[in-house]
Amino acid sequence: MSVLVVIECANGEVKKSSLEAASYGSKVATSLGTSATAVAIGDVQADALTSLGEQGITKVLLDNDSRLHNFVPAAYVKVIAKAAASENSSVIVLSNSNIGAAIGSRLAVQLSASLATNVVALPEISGSAFTVRRGVFSGKAFSDVELTADKKIIAVKKNAVEIETAAGATATVENFSADLADADFTGAPKETIKQSGDILLTEADLVVSGGRGLKGPENWHLIEELAKTLGAATACSKPVADIGWRPHHEHVGQTGITVSPNLYIAVGISGAIQHLAGVNSSKVIVVINKDPEAPFFKAADYGIVGDALEVVPKLIEAAKAL
Amino acid sequence: MKILVCISNVPDTTTKITFSPDGKAFNTGGVQFVINPYDEYALTRAIELKEAQGGTVTVLNVGEADTEPNIRKALAIGADDAIRVNVKPTDAFLVAQQIAHVAKEGAYDLILMGRESIDYNGFQVHGMVGELLGIPTIAPAIKLDVNGSTATLEREIEGGKEIIEVSLPLVASAQQPMTEPRIPNMRGIMTARTKPLQVLEPVGQDAKTSVQKYELPPAKSGVKMIDAENAGELIKLLRNEAKVL
Repeated sequence: MSVLVVIECANGEVKKSSLEAASYGSKVATSLGTSATAVAIGDVQADALTSLGEQGITKVLLDNDSRLHNFVPAAYVKVIAKAAASENSSVIVLSNSNIGAAIGSRLAVQLSASLATNVVALPEISGSAFTVRRGVFSGKAFSDVELTADKKIIAVKKNAVEIETAAGATATVENFSADLADADFTGAPKETIKQSGDILLTEADLVVSGGRGLKGPENWHLIEELAKTLGAATACSKPVADIGWRPHHEHVGQTGITVSPNLYIAVGISGAIQHLAGVNSSKVIVVINKDPEAPFFKAADYGIVGDALEVVPKLIEAAKAL
Repeated sequence: MKILVCISNVPDTTTKITFSPDGKAFNTGGVQFVINPYDEYALTRAIELKEAQGGTVTVLNVGEADTEPNIRKALAIGADDAIRVNVKPTDAFLVAQQIAHVAKEGAYDLILMGRESIDYNGFQVHGMVGELLGIPTIAPAIKLDVNGSTATLEREIEGGKEIIEVSLPLVASAQQPMTEPRIPNMRGIMTARTKPLQVLEPVGQDAKTSVQKYELPPAKSGVKMIDAENAGELIKLLRNEAKVL
């Protein structure tokens, strides 16, 4: 019995969400009286993996097969299943990313495991009962779910757990090979198109989001400048994406992207229930709207009643002065 | 081309979520149920593909009889026939098992659904179905085209997108901007009444999770208002009080 954490990397570094998963996994290992091992796939520096010791990981299995540098679900699942078998892992921890969810569901079938995605807290373990809390109804509620199979897979929601940093602790890195065949790479991407420069919305700790209160796409530079000054990602409401002011991949809400940053600044968004569903697990919510009756103020921590075009320049000025 | 579109029956997006006093059950009283919005993208894309290339679109719902109005709505939008597997969808694996069974029996070329349901937000069923059938799953797909026996898809990834070519059969989950959902017209609504809806009994009820309790998040303690004239003060509060900058 052990805990296995799946580490996602980008540009040779471990993703922040994976540091959270590692911290989560090592805490689960402690409560089960075992250790936490990680499996890392693809293009990453061994140094970046050694420092996972700070998150409580003792050993990292690294499969650096160059065919794995792009995400191919079936191949990744095979690597993780083999790592889980070699470590005799009864709990596998992933990030609740597109990759984590795609791996988790296939792995759950292969291992006959219980799977919980969108998990927001450490498990309650009582005898054989293993229960986790997850976000449901698009963030409008939680449910406590018992994972009834012997093996359990948990996908941890971003920003739901603190990153542990035991300074100086190191993990050993071992090369690992799952002996993949070409057939395991069916569905490999033919081409990858990366967005350049911008901070990724799904990875961002700070998000500045605009709605129809911006009055038109020509005013979007205000959102962009505030975001740039704060080091935040930009987002938008559904109506703004639907009328084509902004691309759909920036649309936050129930049918768009769900975000849970430390700070969500909503400018000129009234706060329809569908929008709230996509953002209400943000730690701090700021609402700027000229309508004092906008429903979003009820969900906000800080609010300003005023015209976006007048308020945002003042915020940019204050942020620049920090 | 035979396309299977899986739809789930979810509370309308504007629903205020409440639970029974013991937290064991979601209060369905007064709640309007709709086709899961992500599934509507899958359904519409399936109908577009059928209109362009021929074939059939079958709608599948795993659920009890109360989901039939939304199955009929899917038929009104343009699906040819429907299957309902008569079991309460309490667990992702239980649902995936039913879908995989129907997909196998019907030898479908494409199995489409939304990226997740807006009630349980599992983001699990498509991957499970793909694994049970031993075929690729592309999730979440923002574009889907089919040419002969090859599908070309765009998958959203953190920080960009990937273009993937894969042979049929496959499972794909839909999200925007795959297409714009359609609204049923009067002719569709009339013909939907006579389209076949087959009810099947489940093939096992092998759940791997069990919901113990629901809870609402704690209410916000209240909003602190800042005067618009003095808006810059907000940035200081975010740094010194909320400590998020």
